[in-house]
Amino acid sequence: MAAAMSYVHADVENLKATELRLGLPGVEESDKMPSPPSTPRAGTKRALAGEHREVEPKAAPPAAKAQVVGWPPVRSYRKSCFQQASSKTKEAAPAPVVVKQEEAAVAAAPPAAAAAGGSLYVKVSMDGAPYLRKIDLKMYKGYRELREALEAMFLGFSGDAGSVNPSDFAVTYEDKDGDLMLVGDVPFGMFMSTCKRMRIMKGSEARGLGSSKE
Amino acid sequence: PAASLSTPSSPDALPAAAASPRAPPARASRRVASPGPATARAAPMGRGGARDGAAAAPPWHSLPDEVLEHAFSFLPAAADRGAAAAVCHGWLGAERRSRRRLAVANCYAAAPRDAVDRFPSVRAAEVKGKPHFADFGLVPPAWGAEAAPWVAAAADGWPLLEELSFKRMVVTDECLEMIASSFRNFQVLRLVSCEGFSTAGLAAITEGCRNLRELDLQENYIEDCSSHWLSYFPESFTSLETLNFSCLEGEVNFAVLERLVSRCRNLKTLKLNNAIPLDKVASLLRKAPQLVELGTGKFSAEYHSDLFAKLEAAFAGCKSLRRLSGAWDAVPDYLPAFYCVCEGLTSLNLSYATVRGPELIKFISRCKNLQQLWVMDLIEDHGLAVVAGSCSKLQELRVFPSDPFGAGQVLLTERGLVDVSASCPMLESVLYFCGQMTNEALITIAKNRPNFTCFRLCILEPRTPDYVTRESLDAGFSAIVESCKGLRRLSVSGLLTDLVFKSIGANGNCLEMLSIAFAGNSDLGLHYILSGCKTLKKLEIRDCPFGNKPLLANAAKLETMRSLWMSSCSLTLGACRQLAEKMPRLTVEIMNDPGRTCPVESLPDDSPVETLYVYRTIAGPRSDTPDYVQIV
Repeated sequence: MAAAMSYVHADVENLKATELRLGLPGVEESDKMPSPPSTPRAGTKRALAGEHREVEPKAAPPAAKAQVVGWPPVRSYRKSCFQQASSKTKEAAPAPVVVKQEEAAVAAAPPAAAAAGGSLYVKVSMDGAPYLRKIDLKMYKGYRELREALEAMFLGFSGDAGSVNPSDFAVTYEDKDGDLMLVGDVPFGMFMSTCKRMRIMKGSEARGLGSSKE
Repeated sequence: PAASLSTPSSPDALPAAAASPRAPPARASRRVASPGPATARAAPMGRGGARDGAAAAPPWHSLPDEVLEHAFSFLPAAADRGAAAAVCHGWLGAERRSRRRLAVANCYAAAPRDAVDRFPSVRAAEVKGKPHFADFGLVPPAWGAEAAPWVAAAADGWPLLEELSFKRMVVTDECLEMIASSFRNFQVLRLVSCEGFSTAGLAAITEGCRNLRELDLQENYIEDCSSHWLSYFPESFTSLETLNFSCLEGEVNFAVLERLVSRCRNLKTLKLNNAIPLDKVASLLRKAPQLVELGTGKFSAEYHSDLFAKLEAAFAGCKSLRRLSGAWDAVPDYLPAFYCVCEGLTSLNLSYATVRGPELIKFISRCKNLQQLWVMDLIEDHGLAVVAGSCSKLQELRVFPSDPFGAGQVLLTERGLVDVSASCPMLESVLYFCGQMTNEALITIAKNRPNFTCFRLCILEPRTPDYVTRESLDAGFSAIVESCKGLRRLSVSGLLTDLVFKSIGANGNCLEMLSIAFAGNSDLGLHYILSGCKTLKKLEIRDCPFGNKPLLANAAKLETMRSLWMSSCSLTLGACRQLAEKMPRLTVEIMNDPGRTCPVESLPDDSPVETLYVYRTIAGPRSDTPDYVQIV
């Protein structure tokens, strides 16, 4: 159980590290939202009646809560299958027909509801690449993970992995107003709910715009 | 439902029964054994006309074994056979020598050799290992539950074994090799939620089991060694009826699979894995139109009208298809290709399907004869309303969470379950994950469906109250147990006090399995359960404020149960020691944090116990515990 505890803590730390917010570094934002009333700390040994509940620091919405080990009671096999199914679909050849489904859903439902459900697929294009990819934004907890995934996916098109220079690229996205925005300015949750498609720009277009997010 | 070896018919209980015959259980003979010579009273069992003839019908207590064994063959349920065996030594002998099917619900309840010696004619055996909460990651690796001792004992004592089934156990490639080489008439291998083997082990099975009828791999973790296990089926092999490799991650040689399917004309169940693309599914179906159960492989593909036509035509040929499942990372555009089979479907498992929206609902609404439906909560309330209206024969519903750790977006509410319970009169088994619940809804559901046998409700956020009244859900769950007199399995969730357990203890007269998490407020809660629930077999509890007192006060109850799991409660070591001392036929296992190294003997009585797992056994303490498990 100690191992589980440390995993959860690391999780929350990563979240804070990638979270972008206003204010000076080192200053904790005060809670604007009450933390969920009954989320126990992972690995809590005793669920006493008057337990002291720590108020979790506000994480970027949608909140990846401190997860209780083994809760909800979903079989480990099912969990890993679901994630695998999402990742396999990411790596498969793009399926344009899925977009129809998504766009229909987006058109029909209010923007908040568009993020509801198990996945949030957006197309990703890269200048010079022969075909597009699709990724599920919900698979990533923050910008760093997203960027790592994109680099892994598109590295092949840049020749040698060794010659890739991050500042040669800018990752941009088209938001719901149709504007081209630089990825990384807004909190990850907000990005997730406004991003319609992504575009990785290379070369001269990118320089000047792109800055290292790490 | 099958009794393990440690039911009242265990060897310990038996001498007592034979020595002082009490009234035998109702299911056995109604006539009390009278050890005297045959009298006219014994004769009425026979025909009229033999009133005075003791010679006409031998006294039932000295019937020859073959007759007894024949009579017992009409008692398929293990509980009935166990009851028959408890009547007297004669019946015990006849029953155990003729038992064909053995289910060992806890692999540590008896030693494998003892089981094999006791029941020498077994043809089909099922063994279960790890506790249920291992499914949710609460049991660290290398806990135990190795299949090897069972395979070894079976290889020795059951050479005619035909069927073997393992659930939640560690099965190695060596086990599989031994199975393949030890039983000349081996026909059925079923592995559920197991681990420890690879495709190399599967190759041993496919190569060695010449009479194999069923190879059923459900949700196992199988290491992919890229050995072409399917290719090891000889070309002359045609007896396959069930092939399920849906949990396999690697590729299989499609040409080999196709040839296999073509020549096995009795193939009824085929469940493919994610590596088989959609167009290949179509060609397989054309070769096996007699299929009754199909698990599709990969389902996503770009829409092509000719692939659609191919699929549609293939499905149109499958007139016997009744059960459908699959990895449906799905493309709604292809769903209409399945419309022709909808009418005949009795079972639909879309629980891995991320498909949603009107296409999904349209599809399900055409399945008018559905008895079993497993879906994701992507179906939402309005989808379930359609199910309620269309699937009047529904018996079992399971709704899984699509995003268990997500933002808590509520896709599915209590409304969906209320609708289904209102309109599906045969609904008796429910597993439902949702974000919110009210007492009113539960009370309505209880009133609608007193015929529930299994009710498992999981409100995703622990300790969630009734979202309208903000009260606990005691009233709702109490209504369920009061109304559903035949309830055998119950899982509770949400905000619950001790009062709900009072109700469960008092009303759960058929309850066999109870799962509790984040509930109750004092020892009383556990006491109500253990002192009530007369037929309770499995109790699993996590994160509840239950302590030592009710455990010790109800120690004797634990021997009438198969097992008890308590994790993250308020137990201390001293109580576990007392329990172990008081009840020698229980094994009391403690699980420490893997980091802790000091032996449990050195710890004081008031040390907290993180996880307790107690089970009855006639085999004594097990010897294969990892270092984080200690037997008190």
